[in-house]
Amino acid sequence: MAPHHAEERLRNFILRRLIYAIPTLIGISIITFAIVRLSPGDPIRLFTFGQRDITGEDIERLRHLYGLDKPLPLQYVDWLLAMVQLNFGRSFIYHQDALQLLLTRVPNTLQLAVVALALQLVIGVPLGVIAALKRGTWLDGAIRIFGVAGHALPAFWLGLVLIIVFAVALRWLPSQGMLTVGKDVWDLPDRLRHILLPAFVLSLTGIANYSRILRTETLDVLSQDFVRTAHAKGLHERTVVFVHALRNALIPVVTALGGILAALVGGALVVEQVFSWPGVGQFTFQAAIAKDYPVVQAATMFVSVLLVVSYLLRDIAYAIVDPRIKTG
Amino acid sequence: MATNTAAIRAPSAAEALLLRPPRSLWSNAWYKLRHDRLTMLAFGVLIVLALLAAGADLLAQNLFHYTFEKQDLLHTYEQPTLDPPAFLLGSDEIGRSQVVRLLYGGRVSLMVGLVAAIVNLTVGIAVGLTAGYLRGRIDDLFTWFVTTLNSIPTIFLLLIFAAIWEPGPAQLTVVIGLLFWTGISLFVRGQTFALREREFVVAAKTIGARDRRIMFKHILPNILPLIFVLAAIDIGAIILTESALSYLGLGILPPTPSWGNLLTNATSYFVRAWWLVLSPGAMIFLTVLCLYLIGDGLRDALDPRLKAET
Repeated sequence: MAPHHAEERLRNFILRRLIYAIPTLIGISIITFAIVRLSPGDPIRLFTFGQRDITGEDIERLRHLYGLDKPLPLQYVDWLLAMVQLNFGRSFIYHQDALQLLLTRVPNTLQLAVVALALQLVIGVPLGVIAALKRGTWLDGAIRIFGVAGHALPAFWLGLVLIIVFAVALRWLPSQGMLTVGKDVWDLPDRLRHILLPAFVLSLTGIANYSRILRTETLDVLSQDFVRTAHAKGLHERTVVFVHALRNALIPVVTALGGILAALVGGALVVEQVFSWPGVGQFTFQAAIAKDYPVVQAATMFVSVLLVVSYLLRDIAYAIVDPRIKTG
Repeated sequence: MATNTAAIRAPSAAEALLLRPPRSLWSNAWYKLRHDRLTMLAFGVLIVLALLAAGADLLAQNLFHYTFEKQDLLHTYEQPTLDPPAFLLGSDEIGRSQVVRLLYGGRVSLMVGLVAAIVNLTVGIAVGLTAGYLRGRIDDLFTWFVTTLNSIPTIFLLLIFAAIWEPGPAQLTVVIGLLFWTGISLFVRGQTFALREREFVVAAKTIGARDRRIMFKHILPNILPLIFVLAAIDIGAIILTESALSYLGLGILPPTPSWGNLLTNATSYFVRAWWLVLSPGAMIFLTVLCLYLIGDGLRDALDPRLKAET
């Protein structure tokens, strides 16, 4: 196959995946709209709650002003058109643009997720490879049990226990927030001390996941013909493992990334709550409790679009890494 | 690939298998399970946990002499003690018995897991089977819906739903069930895709069997074994989600205890009563671990292809 031909196929594949994402995004917007708009209680009454001098006539006028007297499908179209222009409305609580408020929290969650992802790769991948190389030994057994146990640990509880051990009893690490009050924003050691516990808790499922995937995958690759050939050529064991086997075993790391990102985003919500981390998850949680609908909708759309994009990138990365995948 | 080479490497094991009298899938699986000590241990622990939860009333009345809502403001933050037995695992900030609340909490958490799993297995199997068998437009619609649902983190959806609609325990259980079926239905759909091309399905069609009959009498029994694997893992995942939601104060609400909401006030225990933090999480961990181990064990027992690998 000519190289330009392969390139063209890849481009077509990416284009098609982009088009497929459109109905998904529409579906997400319908759910986001519905879960809030079909909720019990009247948003206008909630909005004007406590304002005593408001009359029934005012409420009717407000309802008309916000388009709430229109049939639901029309309301959806209005909302969708505004949303496409990144206008989610103003927060009921803060009286500022909902999306702007949300975006200020994004870097905090991103920091947490990136550190967690790094921990997952740095700890999870070697664990899986070691388990496969030491197959059948106690070490393999221990890593496999960890692979199951890591999934079964409730993250919020692990967070609480770690706080008790490292923050309350030993006083080594802080239990809350991103930095010590009064310290310089760029005080990196201080930030590192704050991010350590939440990032570790957030990374645990991924570590377990990667150790399982890498174990299966390494075992699978090690039993394949080209590895046997490499052995037969008399290559050093280390060369076979690191140059021939591992390169192929790492492909699923890319595939798993999409699912792991979803787990990170979802997990961050709970972890941020445990460690009072001022991120998107904590913000969404507070908005949901306060029934701050514009913020809730902005957050749901933001997180979901993030996932759609990451699934998209995963598929593209997979198509590039593994040329066997059907792009046609 | 792995299976082939493993079989070549160990011909004696394969021969031994051939010499054995024939067994059905289920008796074969049961035979393997009986020899899988870890899975049997997980089964045992899970049964004990279920019995403890089922006997919560009995134990609370006769052994601990304490109801789950009984308070004792003179004995708050008690350390674990045998005297009285009600404070076996300590008492909380208003003098309630931790051990009794754990028993009742187990009842709630296990019940939520079981019922929600039944809901999502029913929906997942029905939808997956239909989409996989009928294909075409219906399958396109299915794919669109599942992709959409999978693109919104479940905990976000659940949290927003719980915060806005404030559902009771029964409604919450159903909603969790209705949100977790996508994985199962994707699996069932994939299997159905493959099975509907097989000879026995073509044969059934040739003699005029209706679609519904083929789906439920011919295809479903072939998928069923692995659905048990999914069910075990599924119940575990649901218990984890429910506990996180309850911890956040949005799932099962007090005074009804659940393993998650016993930790809602955990911050106030940090300094005064750290032991109160340990037990609820340990119960969740133990239960979910057992379920996952059973899932793994069942998969090994039911899928002969995977056995050669380990």
